[in-house]
Amino acid sequence: MRIFLRYAKMWLKSQMVYKTSFILLCIGQFFVPFFVFVGLYLLFDRFDTLSGWSFSEIALLYGVVHMAFSISECLVRGFDSFSTLVRTGDFDRLLVRPLPTALQVLGSKFEFTRIGRLLQGIIIFVIGVSGIDVQWTLLKMSAVAFMVIGATFIMSGLFIIFATFSFWTIEGLEIANIFTDGGREMTQYPLLIYAKPIQKFFTFIVPFGVVNYIPLMYLLDRGPYDHPVYAFIPLMGVLFILPSLLFWNFGVKHYKSTGS
Amino acid sequence: MRVYMALLKLRVYHGLQYRIAALAGIATQFFWGTIMIMVFLAFYGDSVSVGGFSTTQLVTYIWLQQAFLSFIVLWLRDTELFELIRTGNIAYELCRPLNIYGFWYTKLIATRIANAMLRCMPILIVAMFIPEKYRMSLPESTESFMLFAVTLLLGLAINVAISMFIYISVFVTLSPMGSLLIFSVVGEFFAGLVIPIPLMPQWLRNIVMVLPFRYVGDLPFRVYSGNIPPSEAFLGIAIQIIWLTALILFGKKLMQSALKHLVVQGG
Repeated sequence: MRIFLRYAKMWLKSQMVYKTSFILLCIGQFFVPFFVFVGLYLLFDRFDTLSGWSFSEIALLYGVVHMAFSISECLVRGFDSFSTLVRTGDFDRLLVRPLPTALQVLGSKFEFTRIGRLLQGIIIFVIGVSGIDVQWTLLKMSAVAFMVIGATFIMSGLFIIFATFSFWTIEGLEIANIFTDGGREMTQYPLLIYAKPIQKFFTFIVPFGVVNYIPLMYLLDRGPYDHPVYAFIPLMGVLFILPSLLFWNFGVKHYKSTGS
Repeated sequence: MRVYMALLKLRVYHGLQYRIAALAGIATQFFWGTIMIMVFLAFYGDSVSVGGFSTTQLVTYIWLQQAFLSFIVLWLRDTELFELIRTGNIAYELCRPLNIYGFWYTKLIATRIANAMLRCMPILIVAMFIPEKYRMSLPESTESFMLFAVTLLLGLAINVAISMFIYISVFVTLSPMGSLLIFSVVGEFFAGLVIPIPLMPQWLRNIVMVLPFRYVGDLPFRVYSGNIPPSEAFLGIAIQIIWLTALILFGKKLMQSALKHLVVQGG
């Protein structure tokens, strides 16, 4: 943990060297998804409801998803750009150091400009919450925190899994975007609006469901998920990191250096 | 002109080499299209048509967007050109016996054509054979289809003319990130890539109509599905030609003045 924080501090300092560029990138990170949100607002202006969900409810979910995504992109960025390490053979150097490889890759890059997207997520979350008539108990507030944590871990797990594939493919997989960027775009709406096969895939295989409609319905006191136990369901997303790391270790064992 | 045609052919062949990359792109765009359609259909709920824009027209609109994505997006960029400006190697470009605006324009349009040639057919074919709810429809009529082809190509030409401003701006800023971001976010929103233009409120549509962006993707896709009847399409084509001429003339002028003040980056 101490080493992790060291890495983070180092990257923060190095990115702050170019202050203007840093600030501009943050602003960019804020506005790109913000236009998507404007689109969402306009759609509700036109249609009033999305299969029974109101604008504020979707805004709440949208905020949570974007918070989680920006946190995981900031922290796990090293895995996202990992294929370069394999291609250039630089991964060899990581193997000889007395630290777990996963930790070193994690520390190989932090993207602090994602703070812009995080801010955007928080603002939209607040917009959503202020439009919802819900009794905020302590348990409900923690459920929101669990949603962010769970979703962050799922996203991070996905980044790790697709980084692992590059042990075999050498090149990064463009398909990965379907699950990472696609997952984000998709889970900003309740998964229930999609066709059944997609719903099932993103609940049982990639467990986005546990941080998506299940806790959302708990927050809004909607059946069948209004029992307090569902407040803790999002934490199941954290477990997704375990198979991801196992797969990572499996990949490391099968690593053959490119030798370049 | 013959030089440009030869150049165009060459660059298209060059672009056609990246087949495996295209495969991944096809899968991604197919997924994206499916998700977008499901979201919009969920908004539609039980209604079949909203503001004269039917669900079948919507589905077709989205599939065409995905299939011809490389024609309509602004984020597609040629990093080589940015590097030329940044490193100062543009000095060599200026030695060529060719107009630099025309040269770059041809290069950019060729990349987009090659990109679409690889991707559009598989996406369109699959989109025509999936379950009916998500299936893309055939063009409204032969006439619509012909007009669609014309407006689509003119739209591509307009889009490249717009994207030239991104490259010109780099002469001043030396970093493409800022202008690329602003152009793509604003431009793509007004081109109907975030939400289709027929679903926007009236006041916003009034703004959209006076900007060039909707003539890139929105017009051809609605002509295809008959949402814009052929009679109106001819007017659209006229406006497209006006925009295209204006953008190219302005771009050329801007480029000339940028080149006049150009400081070649040494080293």
